[in-house]
Amino acid sequence: MTNTDVVIVGAGPTGLFCAHQLGIIGLKCEIVDNLDKIGGQCIELYPDKPIYDIPAIPECTGEELTKNLIDQIKPFNFNFHLNERVQEIKNENNNWILKTSKGKEFSSPNIVIAGGVGSFEPRKFPSKSCEKFEGKSVLYSIKDKSIFKNKSVVIFGGGDSALDWAIELSKDSKVTLIHRRDEFRGAQASVEKVKELQKNNKLEVITKYSIKDVKGDKSLESVEIKDESGKSKNLKTDYVLGFFGLIMQLGPILEWGLNIDKKTIPVNTESFETNKKGIFAIGDICSYPGKLKLILSGFHEGALAARGCFKYARPDEKYKFEFTTSSKSVKDRLGVKE
Amino acid sequence: MAKITYIEHNGKAHTVEVSSGLSVMEGAVQNNIPGIDADCGGGMACATCHVYVKENWFNKLDPKNEGEDDMIDQAFEPSSNSRLSCQIQVSDNLDGLEVHLPEKQI
Repeated sequence: MTNTDVVIVGAGPTGLFCAHQLGIIGLKCEIVDNLDKIGGQCIELYPDKPIYDIPAIPECTGEELTKNLIDQIKPFNFNFHLNERVQEIKNENNNWILKTSKGKEFSSPNIVIAGGVGSFEPRKFPSKSCEKFEGKSVLYSIKDKSIFKNKSVVIFGGGDSALDWAIELSKDSKVTLIHRRDEFRGAQASVEKVKELQKNNKLEVITKYSIKDVKGDKSLESVEIKDESGKSKNLKTDYVLGFFGLIMQLGPILEWGLNIDKKTIPVNTESFETNKKGIFAIGDICSYPGKLKLILSGFHEGALAARGCFKYARPDEKYKFEFTTSSKSVKDRLGVKE
Repeated sequence: MAKITYIEHNGKAHTVEVSSGLSVMEGAVQNNIPGIDADCGGGMACATCHVYVKENWFNKLDPKNEGEDDMIDQAFEPSSNSRLSCQIQVSDNLDGLEVHLPEKQI
């Protein structure tokens, strides 16, 4: 069990800047994120796209913004817990006990939810029977490609993941790539490569079809696909892979007893505390009158939530407002030498 | 201004007046019509305002923007008459538009 002042759920820009503000006022925090990297939507959805509305930065990409935010909190040496999702929370003597998907436990008087529009998870096939084979022969990510050797594999999707895996697996497996329309959205070079492999009969491409169902008793036997008119056909296969990108879901947060309004968490605008004492929500996930889903709003919300955390983390101290330009103690925390 | 009818997957229809210049997505959100999530707020960065538009109206809409089909690929049960409602701008010409909502958005 790790004891800390604040656990931040979500390592996007808002969570990162809130961590900075906690560091500035002398609090410790641990940061948990379900993705395998720091940066949230900035890094997962638009790492290369320029952002034009960060104050005092005329233009920067999601990746640059993330890098700068990480640099800014370096002096505080906060721990990141990536690839982990906070599953459960419970309250014990005014402390929140949090448990992650990897079994880690934290004890903290404060939780700051900076969860964006939820945690990223692969989009799954709509058919119920896919669940029966999920993780065995119906997969949404590949951990060990050797299992496909000399097997038949049907891949659904039109983006880079689908194309890249179709190309890679076509070396040792019988691959069929299926996409709902003729155009693929993956990189042009990959599209060309797939077409070449198709011409040389190294892989099969079927377009304007989508998955209808999977069939099999104990193990997967075939996949049924359908076209727009509903006409369907069966393909025998050992594996079915789906690469439809990531979706964002609130997940376990819904079970924490927080008020939820249209997938967002209502907060007060003084400290961004929710209906639960010691639980704060900032960034895209919070709502209040006039809320803007901008990164700059998330920064403001994080600064105020950090002060809100102070009173529970240091109940016997009075919070003192200080400027980074003049405060000796802030400079000490930042490790700045005068 | 246009009268727009949103038809839920279960067949329940909601007809509302939407001001010109708003998107069909905003028309749904402002009128609390269930079935349009619009997680990203209209930035074409998600696919949770997905609607189906029947042929008679589909061809009257402005063509899809670059990138819209890429997002629709990631919608639940996309079809050739799928659109993202955040990309359909309301004008007087769309008076009477009907959009059909999918079973779910994610």
